[in-house]
Amino acid sequence: MDITTFTSKRSLVSGSVILIIFIVLITVPLYAPGYAAILLSSILMYVILTISWVMFSGPTGYMSLAPAAFFGVGIYASAIIGGKLPFPIVVGIGGLASFCLALLVGALTLRLRGIYFAIFTFGLVMLMAHSLLFWELHVTGTRGRFVIVMGYNTIYYYLLGISMLLLLTSYLIRRSKYGLALQSIGQEEDAAAHTGVNVTMLKVTIFAISAFFMGAAGAVMATKWTYIDPFIAFNPFYSFMPVVMAIFGGMGQLYGPIIGAAILTYLEEFLITKFAEVYMLIFGTILVIAILYLHDGLVGLIQKWRRRIWGERYANT
Amino acid sequence: MRILEGEGVSKYFGGLAAVSNVDFHVDHGEIAGLIGPNGAGKTTLFNLISAALVPKPGAIKFKGENITGLKPHQICRKGVARTFQSVKTFANMSVLDNVVLGSFFGMSTGMSSADAVTEATGLLEFMGLSALRATPAKDLTLANQKRLEVARALATKPELLLLDELMAGLNPTEVAQATELVTRIRHKGITIFMIEHVMEAIMSVCDRIIVLHHGEKIAEGTPQQIATSRKVVEVYLGE
Repeated sequence: MDITTFTSKRSLVSGSVILIIFIVLITVPLYAPGYAAILLSSILMYVILTISWVMFSGPTGYMSLAPAAFFGVGIYASAIIGGKLPFPIVVGIGGLASFCLALLVGALTLRLRGIYFAIFTFGLVMLMAHSLLFWELHVTGTRGRFVIVMGYNTIYYYLLGISMLLLLTSYLIRRSKYGLALQSIGQEEDAAAHTGVNVTMLKVTIFAISAFFMGAAGAVMATKWTYIDPFIAFNPFYSFMPVVMAIFGGMGQLYGPIIGAAILTYLEEFLITKFAEVYMLIFGTILVIAILYLHDGLVGLIQKWRRRIWGERYANT
Repeated sequence: MRILEGEGVSKYFGGLAAVSNVDFHVDHGEIAGLIGPNGAGKTTLFNLISAALVPKPGAIKFKGENITGLKPHQICRKGVARTFQSVKTFANMSVLDNVVLGSFFGMSTGMSSADAVTEATGLLEFMGLSALRATPAKDLTLANQKRLEVARALATKPELLLLDELMAGLNPTEVAQATELVTRIRHKGITIFMIEHVMEAIMSVCDRIIVLHHGEKIAEGTPQQIATSRKVVEVYLGE
C-alpha cells in the first residue's frame, strides 16, 4: 500500500511538472527574446535525435551510427520538395522517406550484430553523402541547393510538436510489451526468439519508427540553414552527438537523454560564443570526465543523490 | 499419438555431420530422454527442433504438421518451448519480467499486462521462485536460473518442452528437486523431451530413451533396455 500511494503521488507530481514545462515551452516565443526560440530549437533538434536513437539502440544495445543518414534524408526531402507542397506535408514526407530507408536498411543489416552493425550504419551515412553528390553533379548538375526559409518561431513550434509526439511514442513503447521485448533482445537475443518474440520484425519496425522522427526533424531544420549540400546534410557529427548525449544523460529513464541533450547543446553554444578557439578542447574534456565518472549518466547521479536523501528505503524497488 | 516426429534429420557443419539421418519421435504425454557422449549431436538436434538451425536434409513434424523451415518464434508459438544448456536468462531484467515476456509472446496473443503478470506470478510460485520476483536474473544461483528458464518456457504455454541439461552443474539435492519438477510438469499435461547426463535422474524419470553417438541414433528403448544394451555400454565405457 505504502509503495503504491508513493508512486501514484510521484506520478501526479511528475505529471504536473511535465504540464508546467509544456506550457512554458509553448509560450516562450511570446515573451522571451528571439534568441530563446533559436537556442531552444537547437536543443529540441538534439532532443529528437537523441530520444529517437535511444528508442532503438538503448534497450537493444545495437549501436546505430545512422542518425545522420536519416536526418540527412529529411533535410534533402525538404530541399527538393520544400515550397512546392504545404510545409506539414514536406515534414511528413521527410519522415516517411527516412522510415522507408530504415525499413530497407534494417531488413538487410539487422542480422549483423555488435561492431559490424555499428560500422555498417556509419558506412550508410558516407554512402548516402557520396551517392547524392554523384547524383547532383552528374544528373541534376548542381553542387548544393537553396532551401525555402521559415521563421525561427515556426521552426521552433514544429520541432516542439515533433518532440512531443516522439516522447509520447517513446513512452508508450517503453510501457508496452514491445518495450520488454526490446530489452530482452538486448540481453539475450536467441532466448527472446525462442520465447516467441519476432525479433527481426520488432527490430526493423522500431528502427524505422525512430528514423521517422529523425527525418522529420531534418526536414524542419533544413529551412533554418538556407543552403545545403550533401556534406552539410549528411554530417557524421549528427550520428555521434546523439550517442554522446544519451550516455551523458543516462539511458535508464526517459528524461535522461533529454537532460543530456539540453545540457550539452547549451554547453556547446556557450563555449562557442565565449571560448571560440578552445571550445572543442573544453567540450571534449568534459565528455571524457563524464564518461569516466558517470557510468549511468546524470540520471544515475540524480538517483544516487535521491537515494541518499530518501534513505535506503526504496533502493531495491 | 506422436507429438513430434523427425525423418532423416541431418545437419552438416562443413564436412562434419553433427546429426546424420536421424529418425526419431516423441509420443504425446511421455517423458523422452536423449543421451549420448559429449559431441554426440544432442544439442544440435534440439537446435534443429526449435529452429535455431535448419535441417538439411530432413523434415520435422509437430502434431503431424511439417514445421521445417519455420523461424524460432513461430516454433514457440506452435507450442514448442525450450531451455538452454548454458543458461540464457535476460540478465538485467527482473525474474518476474523474464517470465512475463513468455506470457506476452508465447502461444496466447493479446493478453493484457495484468493477466500476464498474474500468470507469471503463478508460474513463479510453481517453480518456488516467488520470493525472488524482483531480483535481476543475473543475481540468481545457477539452480534458480535454470528454474527461471523453465518458468519462462512454461509461460509460453507449450505442449512440448525441450529441456537441455536441466541438471548439469546442480548438487544432489537440487538434482532431486529438478527430477521432481520434471514429473510435476508432466502432470500439467506437457510432453517432455530432455537431454541429460545425470544417468540416475534420466533412468528414473524417462519413459523412453534415445541414444545418439557421433550424430547417429544407435539405440532407443525403455531405461532397462538402454541400461542393458551392449552397444550403449560400449559407447560410454569403450570396448
